[in-house]
Amino acid sequence: MYRENIIPIPGQVQAETTPDQMLSNIIKIENLNVYAGHQHILKNINLEIPRNKVTVLLGPSGCGKTTLLKCMNRLTELYKELKVSGHIYIEDDDILNSNRNIASLRQKMGLLSQRPFPLPVSIYKNVAYGIKLKGIRDRKLIDYSVERNLREVGLWNEVKDRLNSPASGLSIGQQQRLCLARGLAVKPRIILADEPTSALDPISSKIIENLFKEMKKHYTIILVTHIMRQAVRLADHVVFMYYGEIIEQGNPKKLFKNPQTEKLRKYITEGN
Amino acid sequence: MLFRRIVIDKITSTWMILTMSLILMLPLLIGTGLYMKALPMFGQQGFLHLIGTAEWSPSQGKFGFWPFIASSLYVTIISFLMSAPVCLLAAIYLTQFSSVRLVRIMHPIIDILAGLPSVIYGVWGILVIVPFVSNLLAPVFKINSTGYSILSGGIVLAVMCIPYMLNMIIEVFNTVPVGLKEAALSLGATLWESVKHVVVKKSFPGIISAYGLGLAKAFGETIAVMMVVGNRVQVTSNPFEAGYPLPALIANNYGEMLSIPQYDSALMFAALLLLLIILTINLLFRYFIYKTREQ
Repeated sequence: MYRENIIPIPGQVQAETTPDQMLSNIIKIENLNVYAGHQHILKNINLEIPRNKVTVLLGPSGCGKTTLLKCMNRLTELYKELKVSGHIYIEDDDILNSNRNIASLRQKMGLLSQRPFPLPVSIYKNVAYGIKLKGIRDRKLIDYSVERNLREVGLWNEVKDRLNSPASGLSIGQQQRLCLARGLAVKPRIILADEPTSALDPISSKIIENLFKEMKKHYTIILVTHIMRQAVRLADHVVFMYYGEIIEQGNPKKLFKNPQTEKLRKYITEGN
Repeated sequence: MLFRRIVIDKITSTWMILTMSLILMLPLLIGTGLYMKALPMFGQQGFLHLIGTAEWSPSQGKFGFWPFIASSLYVTIISFLMSAPVCLLAAIYLTQFSSVRLVRIMHPIIDILAGLPSVIYGVWGILVIVPFVSNLLAPVFKINSTGYSILSGGIVLAVMCIPYMLNMIIEVFNTVPVGLKEAALSLGATLWESVKHVVVKKSFPGIISAYGLGLAKAFGETIAVMMVVGNRVQVTSNPFEAGYPLPALIANNYGEMLSIPQYDSALMFAALLLLLIILTINLLFRYFIYKTREQ
């Protein structure tokens, strides 16, 4: 139902993935360590994240999932108490140690947080914000892209008559979809989703989940969640974390049917 | 048992309503008191005549309040123009850019500055600002000045207002959720862009309200300004000249007014005027905040 809109924007090259790239992993994390003061938050993380799949980071609250996610677009820099070391390669670019423009690096990734944070401007400007930051000034192109991305998240029909009213007037589920749309508008390769449904009602959650299922054809999705059932529904690859460590990872069907560690077994039985 | 609990419930709520209505009544009572005392002034001249004329000779029964109003406005505007941008930029730096250590050092310093009695600012003004204006600043413009001037008053007032407004703006910035900044950054904004487009924009009503409170405080500040402003009744556009703000008029003359007829009610009128102007500033800013929230 959200498919009618995958039309390339004129004048812009749609991110094409070659078959060679399809096979490789889009993100490779090596020896990632994060400290907050004396506290060791992430302990020697080594992880590969497959392209155009939903990778679920699963684990109890406070186990470092969100921190791991924020390392990937270097939002950890906002938290001055965090010390990050190691390597994160995104398409072979070592982002933690590169001097590349961090703003353009972050535009490779769309972020969806635990609760929606619409910018304090209109619905239209929320989606147009990232496009304008890319330097695009052509009004028609921006209009087109705003409509396209709002359609992609199924929000266009709900908001097309009030594009210029404040985004804070939308329901929380609509706001979350708006946040997704504005993230997609900068044409990312990866979607970082940090428990995106935790503040939403079941119907809005369902919409977001269905969107993810559609979107993984074009994007790599990394989803943080502590909800077992959500992981089962969405995951192509599950990474189970516990107190800053990766305990187990693999195909969800195998992993959940046959957990190798006591910690995961306990989490599965208590989570259901 | 239940009866006792209901009685206690009733007593506490009545007690709270009583204390609250006392607070509500306070400005009304003060206003009415001042008005009653100032009434003889209105008998002779109209309100507009009182605040619009500049002739001040109490012994001849001539009371024109314009020099005092103009001085007050002049000093307040100078102080506001100097302190407002400093506060905004300092608050942005402290909440968004600076290291945790610097914030830890700055917080007690700001609190100390905010808590200093105004007479200390006055003494400091006499020792530092007045000579600075008279010996260094005035010669630059080829003006002779004693240093006791509207400009000195404005500078001292600005320094006094900075910690007060800065604290409020910092609080406002701290209420902006980090997630909002993260959202802007993740869309490709630089740190400054995220601050400008999101943090400042989101806090705009709060910043305006801090400015309004700062302005009202500046307008009513008495001692520190009185000590450096020169206290001469005149209307001037030259900031190196002395001025005579409304609060200083009241504080300087309240003890010695009994010998001159009507001086008493003239000073009460000045106090009423002060109250009205500060009320107007507050209402204007409230309206402004309401308008920006609406958008």
